[in-house]
Amino acid sequence: MSVVTQLSEQELQEQFEARIAAGEKIEVDDWMPEEYRLALIKLISMHGISEIMGALPEKEWVPKAPTLYRKLGIMAKVQDEMGHGQLLLRVAEDLLKPYGKNRGDLMIDLFEGRLKFHNVFHMETKSWGDAGLIGWLVDGSAIISQTNMLGSSYGPYARALQRICAEEVFHAQHGEAIIMALVEGTPEQRALVQDALNRWWESLLFFFGPASKDTTGTSKQDITIKYKIRVQTNEELRQSFLSKYIPRIQSIGLTVPDPTLHFDEAQNKWIYQEPNWEIFKKIQRNEGPCSQERLALRRSSYENNAWVREALTALVN
Amino acid sequence: MTNEITPEYKKAVLTVLYQLADDDYLFSYRGSEWLGLAPHIEEDVAFSSITQDTMGHAKLYYTLLEELGEGSADSLAQLRPKEERCNSLLVERPNGEGYYKEAPNYDWGYAVARNYIYTTAKKAKIDALKASSYAPIREVAVKISTELYYHQMHWTTWFTQLCTATEESRSRMMKALQEVIKDAGDLLSFGKSVKHITACELIESEVAIKERWLAIVTPTFEAVEIAIPVLPDPIINGRDGQHTDDLTSAIETMSEVYRSDLAASW
Repeated sequence: MSVVTQLSEQELQEQFEARIAAGEKIEVDDWMPEEYRLALIKLISMHGISEIMGALPEKEWVPKAPTLYRKLGIMAKVQDEMGHGQLLLRVAEDLLKPYGKNRGDLMIDLFEGRLKFHNVFHMETKSWGDAGLIGWLVDGSAIISQTNMLGSSYGPYARALQRICAEEVFHAQHGEAIIMALVEGTPEQRALVQDALNRWWESLLFFFGPASKDTTGTSKQDITIKYKIRVQTNEELRQSFLSKYIPRIQSIGLTVPDPTLHFDEAQNKWIYQEPNWEIFKKIQRNEGPCSQERLALRRSSYENNAWVREALTALVN
Repeated sequence: MTNEITPEYKKAVLTVLYQLADDDYLFSYRGSEWLGLAPHIEEDVAFSSITQDTMGHAKLYYTLLEELGEGSADSLAQLRPKEERCNSLLVERPNGEGYYKEAPNYDWGYAVARNYIYTTAKKAKIDALKASSYAPIREVAVKISTELYYHQMHWTTWFTQLCTATEESRSRMMKALQEVIKDAGDLLSFGKSVKHITACELIESEVAIKERWLAIVTPTFEAVEIAIPVLPDPIINGRDGQHTDDLTSAIETMSEVYRSDLAASW
């Protein structure tokens, strides 16, 4: 490599960092350091595939939704999630172009365990209470973590997130409406919600990821903060979640299954029982309660539809 | 006309509404089982949108029935036993082997063939309902038409593409079409009340609707060079409450939560 090129490479890096520092948006065709591109690919492809895998636990309750009104609501919600997946994978595909990879490769990466889907979607759903709780608290958590990236330095991602966040607000309201109907209903309906909260509590703490890489060995939060892809740390996000939702959970008479949970005025933060991060690590290895089952569902649909993909390809060529 | 309806006229209105409602309800259920399993993500978004529209159509019909004093729309959708259902055989057939939650082995060819035939039949009926003597049905038909236009376009595109893309896709579609047509005998039937329904001018005659259907599908079948299928005589007639056990299990799944406490508000 010539000296001239080396210099310009360095200049490009400096220019890039200056743009990031000035709060400018980076676009798909702009020069970007590989570290930045790879961090974005990892983040956005995981986000996109999680939206798609996230449709599966909720899908379990779509046919079973109790009333026509609820059937329409949950259908609309899950359809939105698929739409988010599509939007995000398009963003990821653009970033993947220099590597000659596309969406099909991402699917293979998912099946072979190289691409992870969000830890919360590896969990089992057991009742209609879970369908409500997912909409209310899981989507509520998603709003917090996605709002954290609304100002992302990568323009296409920031714009996709704007649309996604607007829809997620509707989802959280949909979930909250299901929960409110249940907690104001019969003792059995109320018990459904408490039981759902008990089972999902640990997953809600896992949702934002470990506080630092000391907990689980890896964390990509440092690099995403450095490049202004996100603002807050995992723990800050978890604290926001607790501040927003603990009062709401308590106000409808539910009990958080953690007797140690309290707000410490001196430290100005919530103190909670740490979840078992060993379980989190297992989920990350696709060894969660429903990891393999959900992957199998996705994989079998991919294999069953191979002839359709071939047919569509033949039409294009 | 609607201000004072005779018991006989009302009976005919109810019969038509139950057939339309139960058809779309079951069709939407079969669509919702496909959620997350379609050949690509764009299709998952489109298919679930159609499924959602169709559930909305079922809700419109069940609400009309509720307004006619038949009970709540939800209980009509969820609680009526198999014998009281008026949907066609085609929509109660499962998507394939396996339960939707565990190892569903669904065939996209069958889905496309069924959805194409069902949607074109629905289009023929909705067009025929626009001149119904019962104003609320006319209004609903107009409302549904706007969405149905896109559904028809969607399934016609898939049907045409898969019938012409590769040798394999064509042969799969021919086989799927055969399966679908075998079950489509009662799709455009009104069952044993046909004379009464037609006399009340709620909808055109079965013959006229069949002609409408043929006019809709003929250009497509000509384009893909497949003989226009002949709708057979019904094996069983769903319009008269004749159904398979597949309907029982579909109703059980759909109403599982609702039935767990009928007095509760959900």
